[in-house]
Amino acid sequence: MTPAQRREAVSFYLTISPWLIGFILLTVGPMLYSLTLSFTSWDLFGSPIWIGLDNYLKEMPSDPRFWQSVKVTLIYTAAYVPLELVGGLGLALLVRNRIRGIRIFRTIFYLPTVLAGVAFAVVWLWMLNPRGGLINLALEQIGIIGPRWLLDPDWALSALILMSFWGWGRAMIIYLAGLQGIPDVLYESASLDGANDWNKFWHITIPMLSPTIFFNLILSIINTFQTFTNAFVTTDGGPLDATLFFVLYLYKQAFNFRNMGYASALAWVLFIIILILTLVIFQTQRFWVYYAGEVKDE
Amino acid sequence: MNKQDRQQDVPVMRLERMRLVLRYILLAMTAFLFLLPLYWMISSSLKPAYEIFANPPVWIPDPPQWQNYRQALTELPFGRYAINTLIIAVGAVIGHVVSCILVAYGFARLRAPGKRVLFIILLATLMLPYPVVMIPQYIIFSELNWVNSFKPLIVPTFFGNAFFIFLLRQFFMQIPNDLIDAAKMDGANLLQIIWHVIIPISRSAIATVAIFTFQFAWNDFLAPLIYLQDQSKYTLMLGLSFFRSSFEVNWPYLMAASLSVAAPIIILFFITQRAFVSGITTGSLKE
Repeated sequence: MTPAQRREAVSFYLTISPWLIGFILLTVGPMLYSLTLSFTSWDLFGSPIWIGLDNYLKEMPSDPRFWQSVKVTLIYTAAYVPLELVGGLGLALLVRNRIRGIRIFRTIFYLPTVLAGVAFAVVWLWMLNPRGGLINLALEQIGIIGPRWLLDPDWALSALILMSFWGWGRAMIIYLAGLQGIPDVLYESASLDGANDWNKFWHITIPMLSPTIFFNLILSIINTFQTFTNAFVTTDGGPLDATLFFVLYLYKQAFNFRNMGYASALAWVLFIIILILTLVIFQTQRFWVYYAGEVKDE
Repeated sequence: MNKQDRQQDVPVMRLERMRLVLRYILLAMTAFLFLLPLYWMISSSLKPAYEIFANPPVWIPDPPQWQNYRQALTELPFGRYAINTLIIAVGAVIGHVVSCILVAYGFARLRAPGKRVLFIILLATLMLPYPVVMIPQYIIFSELNWVNSFKPLIVPTFFGNAFFIFLLRQFFMQIPNDLIDAAKMDGANLLQIIWHVIIPISRSAIATVAIFTFQFAWNDFLAPLIYLQDQSKYTLMLGLSFFRSSFEVNWPYLMAASLSVAAPIIILFFITQRAFVSGITTGSLKE
């Protein structure tokens, strides 16, 4: 290493030191700490009691609310992720071309994602109100008596899935960027070969967009596994635990019941689930994700 | 172009126009669906109590109850909450901008052993959900006596954010070497290069980081919920959630409060729309 190289290396470590220190103090340290805590029983006041693997092997398997929260989160993810992937793509294709007024439409579709959080949830709490909500009033006009949505254990989770369409703008924006990266030449030469829109969509748009679809898929899954605010504000996990999302249950265990050990174990289970899921999806990449650059390299 | 060709063009053009009309119809219908909840929110916020459950629905409140806003916003100290939220959001913006520029510069422009591995670790942390570190962080911050203060919400931002570091790095990598080399020739040190060369060129990317951070801090709920306990320390979102859960829900007031709380972020969105809708992932040096 020349002195100049050494100086550059020192500069590198100096500039990235905020992130590196934060990574150690706010991520690695806490993760190891919570791993240790997950082997204890602790109410935050006394000292933690070592119970080995009991949280994982005894408490969790026999805790019906744990299983319920896993079930709720998986059902929601299985419905939400495909809907967002397809819906967001639909929106992006709609606003793709630079026709007159398209900026306004892009803005309208993206606007609700700006409201993310409590305001988003409150709007839908009112839209889905059994008596004064617009959804049931509209259904009544066509002679259907709407369900009690968020107040009905059989409908509450469906209601949360229904309102998710309002957030498709996030995926749309990412798709739009991906669509802009597809060279026009591809479509033009396909047209010369007599391809119709349907062919172009399946043989150009989808393959060229597959890295973006992949990116949205990962993002969407990680997001749904963290669902908290929507459920906390609208139903607080009810009725009858019908919307007890995993993170909501984790929050309740930690901050309502003060079971820090058990909640830490839940956090680690969440981490492992997301880790495995992302690794599996990354492995499937080579079967369906097409990177244009790869061909050129060969 | 001969005569025959021109005749063939006419039906093609008509088809094109039909398609355009169809596209606009589809766009209008979808836009209607997306605007409906927003309209219903605004309309409900201005309704007198007797119109709120009216069937068939009342579309335009008559007469509009503007005082709903004053009532809703004075029922809880929303002014206090707004100041709290602003302090946290501005603090977070400063934290993210300063730290992410520095770290992104390192990853984009400096060579060192171990850089590749560290960059992969950085990307991996993108996938680490906050709830996983939430409990131990809470315990650490409570040991430091930081609970019930804004510190746990602001201080961590000074350690950067993987997503924004990545975004800025992509941008910094496109900056031509000549610019930086010229500055080095003039004897500029690292901070001077960042200040005089990198930042002026990267304003749009830095603005994106600032806007996103502000928006995120404004809407954040889970972390403030855990750390802020005194009502006087509440953020707007905590206040809104408290408003929703306290006593019997007064819908016009709740809608008025929600709209007021969301208004600044919606206005910010309209002002900075360009960065939001077009500049997010393009990150190019053109324009």
